[in-house]
Order: sequence, then structure tokens, then C-alpha cells
Amino acid sequence: MDYRKIEIPIMADLHAQGKSPDYLFWVGCAGAFDDRYMKVAQSFARILSFMNVNFAVLGKEESCTGDPARRAGNEMLYQMQALQNIDRLNAYGIKKILTICPHCFNILKNEYPDLGGHFEVINYLQFLDKCILDGKLEFDTQMLGNATITYHDPCYLGRANDIYFEPRSILKKLTSKVVEMDRHKSFALCCGAGGAQMFKEAEKGNKEVFIERTEEALRTQANIIATACPFCMTMITDGLKYKNKEEEIKNFDIAELIVQALNL
Amino acid sequence: MIKQIVFSIILIISLVIFLFTIRRLYLFLKLTREAFPVRNFGRRLLVMFKVAFGQTKIFRLPVIGLFHALVFWGFCVILFGSIEMIIDGLFGTDRSLKFLGPLYNFIIASGDIFGLLVIISILIFLTRRLFSHVRRFEGTEMEPKSHIDANIALCMILILMISLIGMNSAYYNNMTRLAEPIFGIYPVSQSLSIVFNTCSAKTVILFYEISWWLHILLIFLFANILPYSKHFHVFMAVPNVFLSRLEPLGKLTNMDAITREVKLMLNPSSTFVNPISNTSPERFGIKDVEDISWKNYLDALSCTECGRCTSVCPASLTGKRLSPRKIIMDARARMKEKGPGLVKYGISYNDNKSLLRDFISEEELWGCTTCNACANECPININHPNLIIDMRRYLVMEEASAPGELKSLFNNIENNGAPWQFSPEDRMNWAKNIMVRVN
Repeated sequence: MDYRKIEIPIMADLHAQGKSPDYLFWVGCAGAFDDRYMKVAQSFARILSFMNVNFAVLGKEESCTGDPARRAGNEMLYQMQALQNIDRLNAYGIKKILTICPHCFNILKNEYPDLGGHFEVINYLQFLDKCILDGKLEFDTQMLGNATITYHDPCYLGRANDIYFEPRSILKKLTSKVVEMDRHKSFALCCGAGGAQMFKEAEKGNKEVFIERTEEALRTQANIIATACPFCMTMITDGLKYKNKEEEIKNFDIAELIVQALNL
Repeated sequence: MIKQIVFSIILIISLVIFLFTIRRLYLFLKLTREAFPVRNFGRRLLVMFKVAFGQTKIFRLPVIGLFHALVFWGFCVILFGSIEMIIDGLFGTDRSLKFLGPLYNFIIASGDIFGLLVIISILIFLTRRLFSHVRRFEGTEMEPKSHIDANIALCMILILMISLIGMNSAYYNNMTRLAEPIFGIYPVSQSLSIVFNTCSAKTVILFYEISWWLHILLIFLFANILPYSKHFHVFMAVPNVFLSRLEPLGKLTNMDAITREVKLMLNPSSTFVNPISNTSPERFGIKDVEDISWKNYLDALSCTECGRCTSVCPASLTGKRLSPRKIIMDARARMKEKGPGLVKYGISYNDNKSLLRDFISEEELWGCTTCNACANECPININHPNLIIDMRRYLVMEEASAPGELKSLFNNIENNGAPWQFSPEDRMNWAKNIMVRVN
């Protein structure tokens, strides 16, 4: 099999050449800086390149959407970030944005329009599910070797934006064994990291939310816990470590599972 | 004639008391801030039919949800009979709506059957409340008053239904005796009417009259007690669902006052184009009850403390102090406490207390993950996270008060454009050396 190195196209370069991509891939801060989640950004970029999708990223010009600031009550900081991001996106004439992080997805899709940022914002799972339906991605179901997968719904895809179908539809293409946790879809329990909790110690209680959720995932007997959010990934991975299960049970993002199934 | 006069006087007294109560709540409502313009009537009606009349969210707990739905649907059908009773009482008529013919028969028959179903449901609710330990009915915010309120309301509904069935049975028995035409169909009461066979005609009529008066007087009493108890949701639930926030749960409300300031900061020349109006010296976010929106207040009035929100809250489930139900109940309690003063002395009235801290602690507010499980679960579309975020907004923007780690988060975003301490120069590090299979 032949492999090639891919260069991620940068918006400013394309713009200088007078080109415009079909999609802007919004990498997000976790995709850019979190060691573990970087692999998810890479996986999605590989899938995009594999399908020859015409995309670009903002690169150094990308800046935090302002989500954690806004949910922590700092509306001023959020709006400063948002207005600057919107200016930049509009300056490049961006129409369609692909996101991997559900928090970025939610804020770009639902909250930026209030400040004049009107884009078609597509979550990567919606995008990939459509590619599969269109026959652009075909899997060898044996690649994941009969893995049993359970999917943890991120709050900002599920309850916040009613995206429950696509992740499950993709996973069912990857394995015949998709199992559900007791609390799933709109009943899903949060991983504990939303609303800026990711960046602070949890308030005093008798248990960590991520442990409660990891225990629930472990009860399904799945050997892969699929996530679709950088914060959920941090939490579930931590939960597996806490339960000393990180050897037998793996936490992967759906994009990574696709990369494995395609042997990219 | 005497019956008509007595009835009219009681009706007027009930109405006056009721209007007085509603006027008080309306004055409180007027103190609140703007939430959103009420548009999209079509979509609102759809949500109302689905969530309120269809009871879709109640059915998220299917078993107990079914019994609630039976009580609700029963209430809707039986309301028809109550309206007829008021007409009969005022004009001295009997079964005044019988001219509706088959429709009348259908509604009366449904009401008669629902009467029995409601009795069964209420008995199940009472048994559950009194004898089985339901976790979501507990919690620090659940004081004895909440439990007493619930049991009183359940008992009143029980007596209402028993008197309804009693009234129908006596009517059926009496009419059969007199061989007069019976208006309406009574599947349940017809079978029960035989218990009167051994009684004298006079006893049956007396029983009918007693049931009739008991039923209608209880309705008047119930209507006037409800606004002072958590069971005000009987009135408020349907309008509250109609006035739901229609945005996706994940969307927070934009603060336009902040937008003006930020635009000015980013582009000072816009001062001349878009001067800031001096009309809104409002504080940012919510500190006290006069800062909440009319929607927050309607939510608070509608809450029946069922605790479904708290039972799914990740913070509550893991022993943290936050309970979404408490947040809503606190808003209502604070308005009850401060509202009269605000109405009397104006919006600047200060009683040296506030919703924040005296009712809701910072620890509770910082426990929220904004997962929206509470808002998603609420059977009548109460939105808790918006209230929580608005209180965080006050803390952060008016008091610069936040947990230390969050202050670092703000600094990082402001200085590096990322929540962590990384340089924007490193934003493309992830993209080095990515290999892909050639397609």
C-alpha cells in the first residue's frame, strides 16, 4: 500500500492564490493543542484528504470560539472572540464550516448568527454519515475485528442539537456490535466537563461525574467506548485510567475508528 | 331561585379572590425583564399540543407518566362538565349543554370514565407519596410544605372525582326512577347507580344536591388555593409550554448591551455611527429577582417540584450542591419575599438580601455543566441553565468573581486565543507529518 504525506491547506495561502475551498475545517483549540485530541483532528484531516475534499484550515488565524468563556459567564470575552472570528471568516468569504468539537459546532451554528456570523455549520459526523450514504466511504467491517462499541452522546451534539442518528449510523457500518448504555440519546449523562467544568476542579460532591459515566459505559461490556467530543474524550479516558481499564478497553473518537476501518 | 342567588354570590366571591391573586402575580411579572418577543404562533401551538396536551415529555417516565397523562386528559374533559355546572348554577337550568346531542353524550361519557381513571391514578400517586420512598421527592429544597401541598391537592382532586361520580350516579338513578330521559351517557355511574336502589327518592335527590355543591364549591376553593401552592402548574403549565423558548437547548441568549460595548472597543470610530443609548443602566446578568426575565418568572410559577430535572442533573447525581429544581424554586420564593416591596417602593427597593448568595450560592452555580439534561427533562419546558448562566454572568462581569482556574481560562483566551497556555504560533503543530493511504 502506498502512503503519501498530506499538507493541510491554509486559508490565508489559498486566499493569496485567489482560490477558495469548499469547506473550512474548524480544528478547535483541543484539535490544535490537546495531545490526545490532536490525533482526532489528524484522523478527520486524513479522511478528508482520502476523499479528496477541497478544504482548508485557518491555522494560526484560528482563535477560541469563546464557548468556555461564555458558559462561565464571561459574555464580554466571548463576544470579543466571536466578533473577531466572524470578521475573519467573513473576510475570507467562508460559507461552509466543518467542525469536530461539538462545543465549537454549537456556538458557530447557534450563537454566531446573533452577532452577524451566518455560516452553514456541519458537524463531522453529519458530514461523514452523508459521505457513507453517498458511497464515498466504504468499509471493510472486519478491520475493527468484531469490536463491541458503545457510544457516549456529547451533550452539545445530542440534547443541544438533536444529533443522535448519525453517530450510530456510522458505528453500525463499522461493527455489528453496537451496544447502548442505560442512559443514552437524550437521556445520556454528561461526562462532567461541559459549561467550562473542563477547566476547573469539580465542586464538592461524593463522586466525579466522569467516573459515574465511565462505570455506566463499562457495564455495557463494550471494548471500545466511542466519543465525539474532546472534553468527553479527556473525561472517559481519565475514567478508564481511574478504573484501571485502559489496557483492555479503549476510548476512540469516531473519526479514529473510521481511519482504522479504512486502514488509512 | 335561592340556589341561583347563593351560587352567584359564591361565584362572584371566588372570582374576586382569584382576580386579586392574579393581579398580585401580574404586578410581580411586570417587574421582570424582557426575555424574547413572542412570535411563531404556529410553532408555539404545535409545541403546546405536543408537549402539553400530548404529554410527550411526561411519558419519558412511561409508567408514572401514563397516570399523570390520564389525570391531565381527564381534567380537560371534565372541565366541560364544570362549565355546564356553572351555567346551570347561574341560570337554574339542568344539563344546559345537552343540546349538543351526540357530542354531549361523547364528552359526558368520557368525563364519566375519566372520573374513575383519575380516582385510580390519584390513589396510586397518594400511595406512592405516602408509603414508598421516591428519591426525587426528597432533597434539601423539599420542605414539609411541598409534601403537604401535594397531598392536599391530591386529596382535593380525589374528592372532586368522587363527588362527580356520586353526582352522576344519583342523577342516573333518579331519572331512571322517574322514567325520564337521561341526557349524556354514563358508563361508570350507570353501574354504580344501583347502590341507590334501596334508598328513597328523596335521599337520592339529597345525595345529588350534596354532591353537586361539594363538587362545585371544591372547584372554587381549589382554584383559589392553587396559586398559593406548587400546584399552580394546573393553570400555568399549558401557557408556559406555549411560551416556551423555541431556540435549540444549546443556544444561549445574546446580551445586546455587551455587543454594543464590544463593538465600540473593537472599533472606536463607531461611536459616531452608533451612539450608546443611556436608557439601559441595567446590571449585567442576574443578581436578584428584579433581574430575571418574565420567562424565568413564569417558569418559576409553573414548577410543580416534580424533581425530574434534579434526578437527571450530573451535579446532583454526584452529590454536589446544585439542584436545578432548587434554582427555580428559589426564584419563586425570592419574588414572593421581595416582590411586594418592589411593587410598593419601586425597582430600587432594597431589603439587604439578594437571590444570589442569600438563596443561591456560588457553589451551586459553578456546579453546572450546562448539559441541559434538566431543561430537556422538564415536562413543561422550564429552562434552568439560562437562569444559571445569567447568574454566572452577573458574578463574572459585575463582580469579577469566578473560581481561580476560570480566571486563568479567561486570561488564556484573551492573551493566546485558546483556553490553555499555548501560543497561536503552535496552532499548526498537529498538522505536521500526517500520512494517508493513496486512494
